[in-house]
Amino acid sequence: MTATTAERPTVGEHGRALTQRKRRVGDVVFKLALQACLLIGFAFLIWLLAYVLYRGWGRLDSRLWTNMPTSRTSRIDESGVQSAITGTLWVIAFTALFCLPTGILAAIYMEEYADTNKWYNRLLELNIQNLAGVPSIIFGILGLGIIARAFGLGFTVLTAAIVLALLVLPVVIISTREAIRAVPQSIRQASYALGATKWQTVSRQVLPAAVPGIATGAILSLSRAIGEAAPLIVLGAVTFITFNPEGLNSSYTVLPIQIYNSLNRPQAEFQEIAAAAIVLLLGIVIVMNSIAIVIRNRFEKRW
Amino acid sequence: MTSPTSTKVPAAGSNFLRRGRRHPIEGVVQVLLALAAIVSIATTVGIVVALVGPTVEFFREVSIVEFFTGTRWTPTISPRSYGVLPLVVSTLITTLIAIAIAIPLGLGAATYLAEYATARTRRALKPILEILAGIPTVVYGFFALFALNPILQRWWPGDGGPAFQNLLIAGIVMGIMIVPTVASVSEDAMSAVPRSLREGAYALASSPMQVATRVVVPAAISGIVASFVLGISRALGETMIVTIAGGLTSDRIQANPTEGAATMTAFIANIASGDIPVDSLDYRSVFAVGALLFVFTFILNAISIRMVRKFREVYE
Amino acid sequence: MNRNVLSRRVLVGVATAVALALAGCGGGDEDTPGGGDSSEAAKLSGAVRVDGSSTVAPLSEAAASIYKEEQAGVNVTVGTSGTGGGFEKFCKGETDISDASRPIKDTEKAACEAAGVKYVELIVANDALSVVVSKDNNWADCLTVAELKKIWEPGSKVKNWSEVRSGFPNEPLKLFGAGSDSGTFDYFTAEINGEEGATRADYTASENDNVTVQGVAGSKGGMGYFGFTYYEENADKLKLLKVDGGGGCVEPSVATAQDGTYKPLARPLFIYVSDKAIAQPQVKDFVNFYIENIDEIVTEAKFVPLTAEQKTTLASEFKTLAG
Repeated sequence: MTATTAERPTVGEHGRALTQRKRRVGDVVFKLALQACLLIGFAFLIWLLAYVLYRGWGRLDSRLWTNMPTSRTSRIDESGVQSAITGTLWVIAFTALFCLPTGILAAIYMEEYADTNKWYNRLLELNIQNLAGVPSIIFGILGLGIIARAFGLGFTVLTAAIVLALLVLPVVIISTREAIRAVPQSIRQASYALGATKWQTVSRQVLPAAVPGIATGAILSLSRAIGEAAPLIVLGAVTFITFNPEGLNSSYTVLPIQIYNSLNRPQAEFQEIAAAAIVLLLGIVIVMNSIAIVIRNRFEKRW
Repeated sequence: MTSPTSTKVPAAGSNFLRRGRRHPIEGVVQVLLALAAIVSIATTVGIVVALVGPTVEFFREVSIVEFFTGTRWTPTISPRSYGVLPLVVSTLITTLIAIAIAIPLGLGAATYLAEYATARTRRALKPILEILAGIPTVVYGFFALFALNPILQRWWPGDGGPAFQNLLIAGIVMGIMIVPTVASVSEDAMSAVPRSLREGAYALASSPMQVATRVVVPAAISGIVASFVLGISRALGETMIVTIAGGLTSDRIQANPTEGAATMTAFIANIASGDIPVDSLDYRSVFAVGALLFVFTFILNAISIRMVRKFREVYE
Repeated sequence: MNRNVLSRRVLVGVATAVALALAGCGGGDEDTPGGGDSSEAAKLSGAVRVDGSSTVAPLSEAAASIYKEEQAGVNVTVGTSGTGGGFEKFCKGETDISDASRPIKDTEKAACEAAGVKYVELIVANDALSVVVSKDNNWADCLTVAELKKIWEPGSKVKNWSEVRSGFPNEPLKLFGAGSDSGTFDYFTAEINGEEGATRADYTASENDNVTVQGVAGSKGGMGYFGFTYYEENADKLKLLKVDGGGGCVEPSVATAQDGTYKPLARPLFIYVSDKAIAQPQVKDFVNFYIENIDEIVTEAKFVPLTAEQKTTLASEFKTLAG
């Protein structure tokens, strides 16, 4: 029994009436438009990946990670990017170590503990939003002038990790805040009602509930950090290095800089190596993202 | 009524709760948290310190009027000129193009993922979108220059067509890069809208489109606007894409996006990694432009925080 | 639940893989310790820090690559902060060797003096700055310096090849070149336009010479300039122009760059070495190696080699610092 006329459907037919209601054209178009949005993004990604794969196919083999770079044009076929791979891993590991706990703790402070009527907390909020938009190269200048020189840390893995951590810290804070904000107040109130202290509430109820959003923020920020070349160029990541980092105080290079450098060389094979290195870097990003995604999916809740 | 020494269920109104088992850890935690937040303040202070000195030096030699009203920016080419407007205009153009792409695509993708996609689809698609955010900006830059632009040039209707380096391809590619930021944060915000609201709307015979546009988006507007602001900030501050694909000319105001021109960040990147002797007026111009960029983002963010606070809705 | 167990296993697996990668790679390249115990030259260890011009960097990188086969324990790193950036670090003592595509400026000299850094300037290769046009350009073979200046000088309004020389066709002129903060730019503008940094402002500038290559190759009326090796690698896409510096049309080549007939665009490339750096044995050894093997290094980096006379000067200049 359909109910497409203006007749008021009876209660028993209400359900069927809904499902058989004519789908308005607007709804269908809307859904298609949304799908198109998603598809355009994917199409671009696939195009870019295909392009890079095509350009780098010839060099996408184990030489990339078993060999160190060489600048001898007579031996280009032996050149690899091992130093850049290990450099990237070292720098990212420490960047994550510095920015994730700091960012999460700062976000907790701002969401749970700070009184937004106080001027200094509002200033803090403004400050973090501001930092999110500062160009990465300015962080490089900051790193060069203050961290590398004034603090005397030099041009090392540690400096790079600190600068990158500062660069992505605002993103971590902002997305963590959104995640924490999304946890319903009823959860918190129930926790207090059971006699929990503020910290217990935060650490045992709010944070676990906010993990998916925090994971998203972590993914976005570390993905950004791993692909940054500009601040590290200013900071003195060397472009040619034939050894792996030997500690926090070591000279280093990272894949984006190797790529940029290779793209500057005239020999065609260097261009190929650059493209292959890009594919490799994307591979690392995918692995990192997958870890965070597993975490996110595991803790996901819908209220 | 319990005996004073019992620690079982305390009677209502007893002193037990008020004395509060205030762990010392609560105090420690508060300090730690505040410290973490202070790191960001320290960063800003550091940036200001790093920028202020050279900027002041710069303005001793270049008049502020010339800086803000001049239309030729050639600090490294003779005859030297220090009008910053060309850089500002190019920055605005690329940012506008980027957000014109990122906001619709990002919000659309987020809405689809949050409202229409099944949980399994969402889990599969969202990560793929996030890969777009992990592509190094250097790659985007060269991709724009060597893959995207030739296609645009070939299919451009009529005569002319984009120049070898131009603001349009830089803006387009920046927009795509920002889509995951807008999409991911918006989608998280929309997913967090309580199910009860949606179900209420469905119960009133709304279509998914109505639920999405009239219930979920307004409810999640704080997160959505936050994602927009993040996206805009990112577009303003992006460096490598505009340096590689946008061009480096700055001798006149270039409002045509099919031509190349330097943005503020491209100029900084160019000089800061170049051959100019460091203690010179040319180099200090970098800091002046950097300071200007800093002020821009500051104003943008002050406005957006106001807006977000106005719209934010709290549930329960 | 199966799904949780699976995801946990995946997590552990991936984490282990990453940890192994870090551990394996981090310690894998432990080199031989310092101190002499082999039958040949003593095994050195330590670091040599080179930084500076991105034009000269491939030369130092080639030197480092070859040197590594001799002394695997020495960690040579080469950066590309630019000639100016390199000097800044050099005078602060943060680097041992500075690559430069132009001689040190007075302000930079002063900075070094103020910091008490003594150095020596060594010419390590020649370069022929080449002017190129598209392969489709069949009208231009040789341009005089005056014509080049007319095209490139500040305020130039030349937008078409027909304005360059009568007889040239009506083809729009598209200019590409080095960015205004590179040594290549400094040299070209100084030689052609008479003043360093003086140029028209409306050309397509790029830090990356490959971009210039693509730009010129892709437009019929294109013209650009960069170092000789970029032409060599792309000879199939570009056409090399002869330049008449007053003595007739000369084509850039290894020979003409060496004997100086390719005027005025033949330029020397430098490294600067400081006295404090030489005090470290591994740096001294590296520079000695650089000088003694300069021919092989230049060939590997595809630069224009030194003349015999330049080589003698090189060795004697270094002796003044090293003793």
